[in-house]
Amino acid sequence: MPTIFGMPPQVLFGQLSLGLINGSFYALLSLGLAVIFGMLNIVNFAHGAVYMMGAFCAYFLLNGIDLPIPWWMAGHFSLMNIHFGSHLSFWWALLLAPIIVGAIGMFLQRVLIARIAGLDHIYGLLLTFGLAAILQGLFQNQFGSSGLPYEIPDGLSGGHNLGFMFLPNYRAFVVGASIVVCFATWFVIERTKLGSYLRAATENPSLVRAFGINVPLMITLTYGFGVALAAFAGVLAAPIYQVRPLMGADLIIVVFAVVVIGGMGSILGSIVTGFGLGIVEGLTKVYYPQASGIVVFVIMAIVLLIKPTGLFGRAA
Amino acid sequence: MVDAANEPLLNVVNLEAWYGESHILHGVNFNVGKGEVVTLLGRNGAGKTTTLKSIMGMVAKRRGSVHFEGKETIDQPSNNIARAGIALCPEERGIFASLDVRENLLLPPVVRPGGLGLEQIFELFPNLKERLTSQGTKLSGGEQQMLAIARILRTGAPFLMLDEPTEGLAPVIIDQIGVTIRRLKERGFTILLVEQNFRFAASVADRYYVMEDGRIIDAFSAQNLEANMDKLHTYLGV
Ligand SMILES: Nc1ncnc2c1ncn2[C@@H]1O[C@H](COP(=O)(O)OP(=O)(O)O)[C@@H](O)[C@H]1O
Ligand SMILES: [Mg+2]
Repeated sequence: MPTIFGMPPQVLFGQLSLGLINGSFYALLSLGLAVIFGMLNIVNFAHGAVYMMGAFCAYFLLNGIDLPIPWWMAGHFSLMNIHFGSHLSFWWALLLAPIIVGAIGMFLQRVLIARIAGLDHIYGLLLTFGLAAILQGLFQNQFGSSGLPYEIPDGLSGGHNLGFMFLPNYRAFVVGASIVVCFATWFVIERTKLGSYLRAATENPSLVRAFGINVPLMITLTYGFGVALAAFAGVLAAPIYQVRPLMGADLIIVVFAVVVIGGMGSILGSIVTGFGLGIVEGLTKVYYPQASGIVVFVIMAIVLLIKPTGLFGRAA
Repeated sequence: MVDAANEPLLNVVNLEAWYGESHILHGVNFNVGKGEVVTLLGRNGAGKTTTLKSIMGMVAKRRGSVHFEGKETIDQPSNNIARAGIALCPEERGIFASLDVRENLLLPPVVRPGGLGLEQIFELFPNLKERLTSQGTKLSGGEQQMLAIARILRTGAPFLMLDEPTEGLAPVIIDQIGVTIRRLKERGFTILLVEQNFRFAASVADRYYVMEDGRIIDAFSAQNLEANMDKLHTYLGV
């Protein structure tokens, strides 16, 4: 049987495809972080929580949701669980969950995050970290820590034998969808008129506003969009990793390392680094599995020593 | 003091402004008539830039009254003030590094019909046409200044505020900017100019105000310039 650097191709490509899957999530999440950091100048520690909410949103859209509704009865308030039915497929969830979670994000930005604009980074860190803890706590309280199952959508079950490996259709779809969304985001930011407003407002928001552009509205929409990207990733993740309250908390630590490696705020950097590090992780699992859990952090340390602004970052 | 002859386009009354706790403008009063070129003179730190930024709504804490075309704008955010027809060419030019020249030029939205078309802009600033795909900050200082002026001419705003447009530029380029300002005046633009370069200001201005410590301390018209020369030298410390 042929081998590649001593590994059977089935094993190598299997891990590579897993690495690409992880890379897809790293890329979508770090891209959202980069977009938010550029416009709002905050590191959004709530990003893992909104990713998780995207996955739960898909779950609710498919299975309905029980919501505690305040009820006035016999002279006092009580909470009553009411079931809201819903049977919307994965495809609807892929469209609706980012919109719903993005809207929640915009609400949080308007009522909370906008208040710390211009203050030291530590305030943004504490606020979004606190938000993440509250959101994750609420879901843990309601659903415990174990995962809820979410089926692979009908059209995407099964897979193809490529000869050198077996490629599950859904994994191929996740990688493809992530590449398309990342590229579309890059295109809008770097190549369109709307993108030129975003880039200019990142550099000098008060001057852009003095040209007649509603920068505060742009900031809210940008936060909503960054959050929607994370929710989109959450929906994509639901059939692979199950739907768990802490699914984002686990992932986001690695994503922050990805962001540091790529360079804070760089659009292209976050996409390339996200996919690249997913692949590096996959290869490490094949050739030196003991290190697969830490390889990203080792790379982060090395990059920080050699180029503290990150691979694609500009000096501040 | 001399004031605008006709109904002023811009009327500033008791304008005060703060940066944090520092009180910078202490009641600024002046006006600009339609079609005039008015120059604010004053030493470094007198509050000229702060005056322009306060009119533009870019200073968070401000008080007093700024009427533009008869409407109060002091309580408006800067995006609304821009939409009302006031355009700023900022100190240091404010060219965006992450945008190319074309994007920089097209960035400010059109707020009113009657702005210059791209053809007319390239007629005024032929250099820009050749550099459309260059990164904005790769242009020479003079070209950046032209780009900074050009982009607000597109918007149709009838009132332009130019903050030290000649600063750090070579004499030929300063002349070119002078020609541009006179042409803009002929086209009916109203211009509020902040200048340290007194000789340049003298070549374009109808009236002058002198600022010191956040107040207007003197005013005179172009005809009385010669008579006020000595005073001016004292004010400006030149
Ligand atoms: N962003 C700022 N924060 C605090 N103080 C400022 C700021 N900008 C200007 N100042 C102060 O306000 C005063 C007026 O400045 P400015 O309006 O820029 O003067 P000018 O344009 O006439 O040189 C100066 O004392 C300056 O130090
Ligand atoms: Mg100044």
